[in-house]
Amino acid sequence: MPDKKGRIVGVNGNMLTAEFDTGVTQNEVAYVLTGGERLKCEVIRVRGTRADMQIFESANGIRVGDAVEFTDELLSVELGPGLLTSVFDGLQNPLNVLAEESGFFLKRGVYLNALDREKVWHFEPLAGVGSNCVAGDRIGYVNEGIFKHYIMVPLAWRGNWRLTAVTAAGDYRVDDVMAEAENEDGERRQITMVQQWPVKIPIRDYAEKLLPEEPLVTQTRSIDTFFPVARGGTFCTPGPFGAGKTVLQHSISQNAEADVVVVAACGERAGEVVEILREYPHLADPRTGRSLMDRSIIICNTSSMPVAAREASVYTAVTLAEYYRQMGLNTLLLADSTSRWAQALREMSGRLEEIPGEEAFPAYLESLIAAFYERAGLVRLRTGETASVTIGGAVSPAGGNFEEPVTQATLKVVGCFLGLSRSRSDARRYPAIDPLDSWSKYRGLADASDMDTAREILHRGSEVSQMMNVVGEEGTSLDDFVVYLKSEFLDYAYLQQNTFDAVDGACGRERQLILFRQVLEVLRSEFSFADKGAARSWFLQLRQLFLDWNYLETESAEFAEQQQAILNKIAECRCHE
Amino acid sequence: MSKVYHRILQIVGNVIAVEAEGVAYNELAEVTGKFGSSLAQVIRLQDKRVYLQVFAGSRGIGTGDEVRFLGHEMQVSSSDDLLGRIFNGRGAARDNRSPVTDSLIDIGGPSVNPARRVIPRNMIRTGIPMIDVFNTLVESQKLPIFSVAGEPYNELLARIALQAEVDVIVLGGMGLKYDDYLYFRNTLDRHGALSRTVMFVHTASDPVVECLMVPDMSLAVAESYALRGKRVLVLLTDMTNFADALKEIAITMEQIPSNRGYPGDLYSQLAARYEKAVDFEGAGSITILAATTMPGDDVTHPIPDNTGYITEGQFYLRRGRIEPFGSLSRLKQQVNGKTRPDHRAIMDAMIRLYADYKSTQEKMSMGFSMSDWDRKLLSYGALFETRMMDLSVNIPLEAALDLGWQTLAECFAPEEVGIKSDLVREYWPQA
Repeated sequence: MPDKKGRIVGVNGNMLTAEFDTGVTQNEVAYVLTGGERLKCEVIRVRGTRADMQIFESANGIRVGDAVEFTDELLSVELGPGLLTSVFDGLQNPLNVLAEESGFFLKRGVYLNALDREKVWHFEPLAGVGSNCVAGDRIGYVNEGIFKHYIMVPLAWRGNWRLTAVTAAGDYRVDDVMAEAENEDGERRQITMVQQWPVKIPIRDYAEKLLPEEPLVTQTRSIDTFFPVARGGTFCTPGPFGAGKTVLQHSISQNAEADVVVVAACGERAGEVVEILREYPHLADPRTGRSLMDRSIIICNTSSMPVAAREASVYTAVTLAEYYRQMGLNTLLLADSTSRWAQALREMSGRLEEIPGEEAFPAYLESLIAAFYERAGLVRLRTGETASVTIGGAVSPAGGNFEEPVTQATLKVVGCFLGLSRSRSDARRYPAIDPLDSWSKYRGLADASDMDTAREILHRGSEVSQMMNVVGEEGTSLDDFVVYLKSEFLDYAYLQQNTFDAVDGACGRERQLILFRQVLEVLRSEFSFADKGAARSWFLQLRQLFLDWNYLETESAEFAEQQQAILNKIAECRCHE
Repeated sequence: MSKVYHRILQIVGNVIAVEAEGVAYNELAEVTGKFGSSLAQVIRLQDKRVYLQVFAGSRGIGTGDEVRFLGHEMQVSSSDDLLGRIFNGRGAARDNRSPVTDSLIDIGGPSVNPARRVIPRNMIRTGIPMIDVFNTLVESQKLPIFSVAGEPYNELLARIALQAEVDVIVLGGMGLKYDDYLYFRNTLDRHGALSRTVMFVHTASDPVVECLMVPDMSLAVAESYALRGKRVLVLLTDMTNFADALKEIAITMEQIPSNRGYPGDLYSQLAARYEKAVDFEGAGSITILAATTMPGDDVTHPIPDNTGYITEGQFYLRRGRIEPFGSLSRLKQQVNGKTRPDHRAIMDAMIRLYADYKSTQEKMSMGFSMSDWDRKLLSYGALFETRMMDLSVNIPLEAALDLGWQTLAECFAPEEVGIKSDLVREYWPQA
């Protein structure tokens, strides 16, 4: 490690100023030595012989004159087998191990290895001695749960290498040498199961980036049918507080058809992470039958944890997602909430006394948000496999107003906008995804013509409803009133979904298509009613049948019986040509 | 071996600057002059210059006053002797009794490791149907009461404090009117709860910097009791005053304001306090109820807005009632599945119908003719307001649920309420 030193000359909240002796690198990691503790910082501005650094811990007790060590390394994460099932903070400290060491509270200045050094993995070599390789080439693999975790030539290596030794199959720890390599200049290096990667730089080791076309089934009906998310695409869920952003994200993280799910709880409530931490180990992934935790990595830097580490946490999360994409897997990153990340940027920008942009967010906010979402993508790896990183970000707009800078900057770069509305959540219409405002550029499960029908009903229903507010029910024609009832029926019977019910909460592709076709039949049928009262009461009864149907398992006999009851009900009032 | 300095270089607002060496960030100092002495806290270091915020305010401070650094951060006692006592924002006794200075702990300690938290699991019964049925309060929850000046939010806080089953009550008053302070003290005393209460009270006439200390003092004490196995309820009123105090200091320090003058770290500052709510595995818990008055009754104002994103729900108190819309307990799902099978269904159905009632009411006020359905909703809405929303109703959860079914049955046919059929079969009152 280079011997670069300095000392503290200023403390202003979580920004420190240090005077350095020889030189520093922008964004390099430094440590402040104070009162026997070693506190991690990142250089964020250099002026003259002074460097401004954001500290990833509380700054209490730091004095002018305290020593600073510069490391010459960018903020990096450890990549290797054992990441799955882990719970990290924003700087990749394993929180469970930390809890064993320091109890209830997060002791500052304690940094641990992200990966378990003692755990033994069974290594199978794939490459032979003498083969030529570049960064990212697979040397061998270990089995991590149900996945093949490839051990690669470290992604950060440059140039061409030749393997001079490859370890035989057997059981090893992550720090054991799996291979040795030599480059054209005769430099020799060792390859272990662990490698480092700087979090703010995307992993770009693939043949080409492809257009995301396949839907990523989330098992939430209003998303998959109406506003689909694509594998390798991006989506955002802005919404005021209390509209159900987090419940929706949890539901997606449990039910989405992804191989690996990285959940980044960024500056949000600790209690919400705890639900994941405590429940996922006991929930089964319906696709594999194994614990949900086996496919999850949780990064949690909750709101009371240091702000600078919050900024790092989304990058840590996306880097881990990209790493598993290199294994040929489809990964999903859920970041809750990107607004907190933006606020961390704002706090730091304020401390740096930069000229503020809109709502005091820094002027570079948009480009940072764009760069983050652009790290998603469907790619063809050099091995020919396709793999993806899908990113879904929750946005918490101030005052629930989507005009604010973070929401607007996000909308410019995502492929799907799931806007949550306060009026829907107030009326307990969950998920509160607004069916009129939301949009998606991706292709969904249902046919385009069917979707047009459904959307048309929603739009016309909303128009009739607004009209009724002005002219009243009596001023509305029976035909218009039936359109309104149909749109309400579509909302209740299909768009609304009970996340907390095991059956209704997870609505797979096949089931969605069955339900949707049945709903469509109602939407497309002509009905004759004596008057509005009769129409309302018939639709209420029909709605009740669908509600009960939604709670029945697809394979059960009751499901078929209930569908028959629905068909009978429809036949009661349908016009016959 | 404390260091003493005699040259104050700058006095701006409540912040003073001195040149000093070896001073730690966040350290305390004592400023003594001819108008008395006050504590001060280091809030910025820049080369040799040390900036301090003076708790008692800068009025009367002279450039030649003495600044003595104490070598430690702000501390508070965690002893059992605190029970029944009343202190001010800097921890000095307010009740003419002797100070408590044993078992001192730092305030504003580190946050709890999320991996050591447990899922909240115990309902706190309050006897208020709008809380118990519709937005259940849960042990270790942090919940604000969004209100406006003039609403009885302090009365509601006091009532919940008295009826909730907790071991210790910590009251943190910020910018409290003296009358309100006396109200809390007398109410708790009258119901025999004062002996299990610790009060940190900053009244509206006290120096503003002391207001900033109140949440940290209260929560540090709460935390030490919780670690000793006590279930602690912390009442903070009014957090808007706390946020305004933050704004004042930030502007004095020439920080760039982000939104309506509030500092960019308002969210983090509020979160650092609210996130102290916790259920310690194998020990006690901290539940936080805070009053937040919304300036101009505007929920999008930065204070309630940031608060709403931090807390686990919120109660809206308007016209003396807890509003069913907007009010939310995010943790209710953790407990309301274990109370009675019909709890969730009643909760959802009654609110949904009440929302329909509201729109019918609008239609009626515009003079449209009422359908049969509208008339049903109107009679339902009136019953709902008197039986559920009125704050004087004081009944246990089970009785409230039964009353809910009865109300539904009085107004609607079973298929009109949108409840799963098997629950309707079990609970629908037979005529």
